Amino acid sequence: MEYKSPVRSYLEESADPKNVLVNLGPSHPATHGTIQVIAELDGETVKKADIHCGYLHRGFEKEAEHHTYHKIIPYTDRLNYCSSLNNNFAYAATVEALLGIEITPRCKYLRTLLAEYNRIADHVTCIAATVMELGAMTAFLYLMTIRDYIFEHLNHLTGARLTYSYVRIGGMARDLPQGWLERLEEILQFHERYIERIHGLLDRNRIFIDRTRNTGALSTEQALNWGYTGPILRSTGAAIDIRKDSPYLAYDELDFEVPVGIKGDNYDRYYVRMREMDESVRMVRQLVKMLPEGPLNVSDHRVVLPEKKHLYGETESVINHFKLIMDGIQVPAGEVYLSHETPNGELGFYLVSDGSGRPYKLHVRGPSFLHMGGMHTLLEGYQLADIIATFGSMNMIGGECDR
Amino acid sequence: MAYNTIQTELQGLFERSWDSFRMLVLELPAENLLPLVTRLKNDLGFNLFLDVTAVDYPAREPRFDVVYHFYSVSHNKRVRLKVPVSEAEPTVPTLTGLYGSANFMEREVHEMYGIKFAGNPDLRPILLYEGFVGHPLRKDYPIDQEQPLVDYRK
Repeated sequence: MEYKSPVRSYLEESADPKNVLVNLGPSHPATHGTIQVIAELDGETVKKADIHCGYLHRGFEKEAEHHTYHKIIPYTDRLNYCSSLNNNFAYAATVEALLGIEITPRCKYLRTLLAEYNRIADHVTCIAATVMELGAMTAFLYLMTIRDYIFEHLNHLTGARLTYSYVRIGGMARDLPQGWLERLEEILQFHERYIERIHGLLDRNRIFIDRTRNTGALSTEQALNWGYTGPILRSTGAAIDIRKDSPYLAYDELDFEVPVGIKGDNYDRYYVRMREMDESVRMVRQLVKMLPEGPLNVSDHRVVLPEKKHLYGETESVINHFKLIMDGIQVPAGEVYLSHETPNGELGFYLVSDGSGRPYKLHVRGPSFLHMGGMHTLLEGYQLADIIATFGSMNMIGGECDR
Repeated sequence: MAYNTIQTELQGLFERSWDSFRMLVLELPAENLLPLVTRLKNDLGFNLFLDVTAVDYPAREPRFDVVYHFYSVSHNKRVRLKVPVSEAEPTVPTLTGLYGSANFMEREVHEMYGIKFAGNPDLRPILLYEGFVGHPLRKDYPIDQEQPLVDYRK
């Protein structure tokens, strides 16, 4: 039986007879996630590259139209599975904006804290994967150790290591367990100790610099033209960060810097992420001090399930519970676009509601999708081996790229 | 730069405008899209093309809204454009001449909704595959319809 190739590369027809076509992926050890790069090589130099994504397409937007607002939360986990909480919070904030709900102070600070904590885990993962592909196995193991401590710690809070589904519209699933904040400080100190080792191993390492300096470089204009956001845009020297420019959650009360690079090459992208982790640690420490006592969920019967003690004693609460589970939250008709600064860049949700319990349309602006849209410009003109370094430092996450 | 500056600057190019959660929304016909976006980019500093998608209203005429989001880095402002297009002629001009990011995003909207982006040289499928029949994000495409590339084992 013969099967047609699911992709058509524009390189198939136009290849120069002297050049060689090389196919990388979609299942290749260095394409963590599934992505295909078809490269036209002249010797070792990439002349042209064609990027194919979509191998992880799950129809997120179609699914979202058929689920109630709470049932979409697990799907948002799987957009960027290295930092699920950031995705959770961006989605919840979008729905809350349309509902006109103001979250409680404790919830606001806790969300900010967890968003920054999860950002550390995401950057650690990205750097670990990149340097491992360049051969730095020790650095990889150190970083993975940190990541595992963070995941175990978040597991204690949410009950899952990667896909937390911790947010609820108007609040959170549960409050902090006992001793969680003390353990958090221990892990932050451990993180700092290990990050020092990473700096020592990589920053002035000749092999690492040779592989990353001046490869995959881009200017701010180029980055904006291709719709880049997040650490990749900041590595070109532009201090553009939604947390600073239009602060959401508790970011306007925090003291932090926006680290930027100089050249926008792979080394800068590595270093910007390292510096952002330092800032995140600073923010988490400030937030632990700021975290107020008080209720975690809003007291709004339209969105929050009644407490169990009422559920077992009052008919009204049983009906309330039943309606919220069966019909879902009734979100007023309207449309909203809201974006958060996730570890990879601007994650935007465009939500259109017709007033029912399910979204009429929920569109995701995944930063990785845009990053892949312009990646061929970062590969062309460089060596074949640089594809690995560049692709690693772009931190493509299949979940949010292909949705 | 306030939103009413943008409104006066672009007077005549859009039909309606309103505020949606502190974001300016402009509704305009497809033929005005290219002149309006050119002015947005060159004169008003909207240099980041964030997003394009479509919304399907099967009972309405025109059936689709093509929705664009732009961001101005220097002014820290966001703007949304809505372009209604009909099912019979779902065509809007491409923005690939102005923004590189239009390339991938227009490919996605093209396969998901069947919106044609006139002038885009590369409208191959991107998240779907060659030979996929229909436009899955249209409301009349059933959610449980399957089109496996490789047949299921009997």
